[in-house]
Amino acid sequence: MISQRYRQLQETAEEAVRQAIRYGADEADAVLLSENEFHTNTRNGEVEVIKQAGKKSLGLRVIIDHRSAIASTSDFSLSTVESLSQEAIAAARQTSADSFLCLPERALYRDLDLTERWVDAEGLNIPGDQKIALAAAADKAARDLDPRIQNSEGGSFTSSESVWCYANSHGYSGTFPHSLFSLSAIPVAVQDGMMERDYWFSASCFLKKLRSPREVGEVAARRALRRLGARKISSCEAPVIFDCVTASSVMQHVCEALNGCAIYRKASFLADRLGESIASRAVNLIDDPTLAEGLGSRPFDAEGLPTNPAPLVRQGKLESYLLDSYSARKLGLRTTTSATRTVSGGPVPGPSNFYLKPGEATPQQLIASVGRGLYVTELIGFGVNLVSGDFSQGAAGVWIEAGELAYPVEEITIGGNLSGMLQSIDAIANDLEFLAPVSSPTFKISHMTISGR
Amino acid sequence: MANQRDADHKLNPQSEIRNPQLEDPQSAIRNPQSAIGRSEIRNPQSEDPKSAIRNLMMPLNFFEKKFGLNSAHYEQLLSTALSHGGDFAEIYLEYRISEQISLEEGLVKNPTRSISQGAGLRVTCNERTGYAYSDDLDVKELNAAADIASHIGRASRSFKVALPAPRLPTRDLYAVDTPVLDLPLCEKLDLLKRADASARAFDSRITEVRAVLNNEICFVTVINSEDAFVSDWRPLTRFIVLAVAQDGRSRQMGQKGGGGRVGNDFFRQKSPESFARDAARQAIIALTADPAPAGEMDVVLGPGWPGILLHEAVGHGLEADFNRKKTSAFAGLLGQPVATSECTVVDDGTIPLLRGSLNIDDEGASTQCTVLIENGILKGFMQDRLTARLTGAALTGNGRRENYQSIPLPRMTNTYMLAGSRTPEDIIASVEKGLFAPSFGGGQVDITNGKFVFSANEAYLIEGGKLTRPLRGATLIGNGPDALKRVAAVGNDLQFDEGVGTCGKEGQLVPVGVGMPTLRLLKMTVGGTSL
Repeated sequence: MISQRYRQLQETAEEAVRQAIRYGADEADAVLLSENEFHTNTRNGEVEVIKQAGKKSLGLRVIIDHRSAIASTSDFSLSTVESLSQEAIAAARQTSADSFLCLPERALYRDLDLTERWVDAEGLNIPGDQKIALAAAADKAARDLDPRIQNSEGGSFTSSESVWCYANSHGYSGTFPHSLFSLSAIPVAVQDGMMERDYWFSASCFLKKLRSPREVGEVAARRALRRLGARKISSCEAPVIFDCVTASSVMQHVCEALNGCAIYRKASFLADRLGESIASRAVNLIDDPTLAEGLGSRPFDAEGLPTNPAPLVRQGKLESYLLDSYSARKLGLRTTTSATRTVSGGPVPGPSNFYLKPGEATPQQLIASVGRGLYVTELIGFGVNLVSGDFSQGAAGVWIEAGELAYPVEEITIGGNLSGMLQSIDAIANDLEFLAPVSSPTFKISHMTISGR
Repeated sequence: MANQRDADHKLNPQSEIRNPQLEDPQSAIRNPQSAIGRSEIRNPQSEDPKSAIRNLMMPLNFFEKKFGLNSAHYEQLLSTALSHGGDFAEIYLEYRISEQISLEEGLVKNPTRSISQGAGLRVTCNERTGYAYSDDLDVKELNAAADIASHIGRASRSFKVALPAPRLPTRDLYAVDTPVLDLPLCEKLDLLKRADASARAFDSRITEVRAVLNNEICFVTVINSEDAFVSDWRPLTRFIVLAVAQDGRSRQMGQKGGGGRVGNDFFRQKSPESFARDAARQAIIALTADPAPAGEMDVVLGPGWPGILLHEAVGHGLEADFNRKKTSAFAGLLGQPVATSECTVVDDGTIPLLRGSLNIDDEGASTQCTVLIENGILKGFMQDRLTARLTGAALTGNGRRENYQSIPLPRMTNTYMLAGSRTPEDIIASVEKGLFAPSFGGGQVDITNGKFVFSANEAYLIEGGKLTRPLRGATLIGNGPDALKRVAAVGNDLQFDEGVGTCGKEGQLVPVGVGMPTLRLLKMTVGGTSL
């Protein structure tokens, strides 16, 4: 059952599909997104920004003779939806016929339990003053931790509620809401005239599950303080440990390389590798849209198909790519029901809650296991080539001597190839936390090239 | 959003291509571009391009004609916005038609066309900003937004605003005949097909080609409680070709593109074939390239897009918001040397047809050429209204926002270094051992500690003053306030980039340009994998 306030949105999506069929489309589907957001940033006890608004939009995809086009609008009036359908059909007729292009087969659809599992109505309704107080408390906690925290970009709190509707010409339609809360702090630490900034945040579908402002502020402050007095080191080869932030960033690239679109375009170093060992036996990668509290959880995907957990890499072996129905048909595989889409675009595979399965050891035990090596806490730049797997990123972190964090380092790069890096993951920690569509615990790579002086 | 690092400042030619394709519903929710507005959606062919676009009177009363909004409404909205003691109020109206047409595997798939419209209502009170937006341009909705934004003020008062007459910008930097958006679909498809054929014909090892054409036209009107009631329209076009080369199990990629605030004649000067051949050539060269070395060495940057160095190393650090808050590595360095005396760097939003150019910024101020560094000395910052007001500086026309849902920030337009006297051949010949990088992917900077990186997608080893071997995987890393002190030679060959750059800051993407002559930098850290 869906609540009455969502009923009208779902009917709008259904009506758009009916119009498209009436004007000659063979098949059609529509997505509708309605969102309300509140955002505030406070700095040094003063509110800097309060932003509040709602918006909605409808995207319609028409398919005619295996040709498709997409149009989108935020005007839901009947006349606009009508002209939208006609416009899209006219455009579709001029594009190329693609025999792989169609809706998923009707038999894959079924009625779903659309209980509102990922929305915290109570949390969304707390007064603005309380939201501002949370942001201010995170900023203050960071500033109060140490006299060297002398400045900040502030503390932020964001809450949003979004409602997704999907309808298609098989007669399937569904709606689900999602809420999101996040709290962050960006302090600046100063010492000897040098400044270092870092950040920390917490995010959840449920307000009560957010970490406390104090924890968020203090972790952010410690991360900034840890960077003070950083040096540049000499170029060398060494083991590298990625903390959970940078580990998630590496896994984000791996997730993109597993994307069905990149695979059929042969634009990934993981193309044509199905069934092969692409990583060390320690590596298990899963995309799970059914997690009870996942930020990216969804009962159905962007083609309306019921979602299931998708094991992609098991003990290093590549078992599946991340697929929607189109990329699956192109590759002769079955969809992993991982279709995502923006309102203005067509379905493409994308992560819901993609993660590297955690191991047993603590991050401290990983650090203690390294004689000399690098603990990386920040990666910057665009030096990752998914086609070749070449990896070269700017980095900052802490140098490890005899199993202990010795001193901060910066203005270095770490380089390798994602293919080799995956094979060299030899330890994975137990600190997995789901904070983004792609999440990873701390892990260690046995050797990489570090470029410095 | 907190979980997309607020601290990110990236310039990436690919970001617009990659992100929308790979986004899941969760991040799409956060993508401001996913909110698409209303209007009648017409067949492009049915619009007479001349009457719709070319007539510059059109933007002047666009929102009145289409939505019935007039001066009396705006005065009422501004009065509502200031009713709780705010000291400045602004209405930003936007109507954007955009499309993406792409070709892959020789097929045109999923062309998209979107209409996005809305208004942002902003009230400031000292350092505080209240912001609300609406995708419904009905006066009642706008009034509700003005009321929400007004509560950033803390007193109650009545305030009457009297607007000046509406006006157009004093110049037209995008005087195009026919915007590419208004071309018939079949002509646009032809551009893509020509690129596809040309890249495939370049070498039999080219296995995949993807060509993407993005077009938009955006009407904006900015009205504020001080002096602005100004309207503009902005065309924007970008064409990108990506080629994948395969030899055995080795795969490499090349990419090249161009565009700007240009019209249909752009493709007569810059053919789809030329972009396609460059993309294919890059991919083929990379197949045989050696891993880049790791460590410090002299680096020669080619002209044009390598100007991303300026964008990352100094540009972001000279945006006034970080300097006002003293969180920029450049805070307090005004009047100090930050580069060698050969270096003069400006930000110039007034160059016709360039991707970063604007008649007016998104706060209604005229753009200009702002000197940032003159003969090595730090001269000025880029301002938006808030930073100018709080620091007593003059406006520089750098107040920009991604769309009506976004709060303006000081942002770059076209950032470039003036030409020097050396020939590029002479500069390369002067290097005994080093790296030559004529083409880059994207870059990123940490504004607070000044550390920046940018990655080459084409690079060569220089030995004995000559280019010897192609290299791959070279990333350069440096420190902003220090990087331009390493400039040892400035070429006489200033070029602007081809018009593909998109800059991200605090989650907002805006189109920008960069420019640079050939440059020699002493002892930069190159992040390769070969020790």
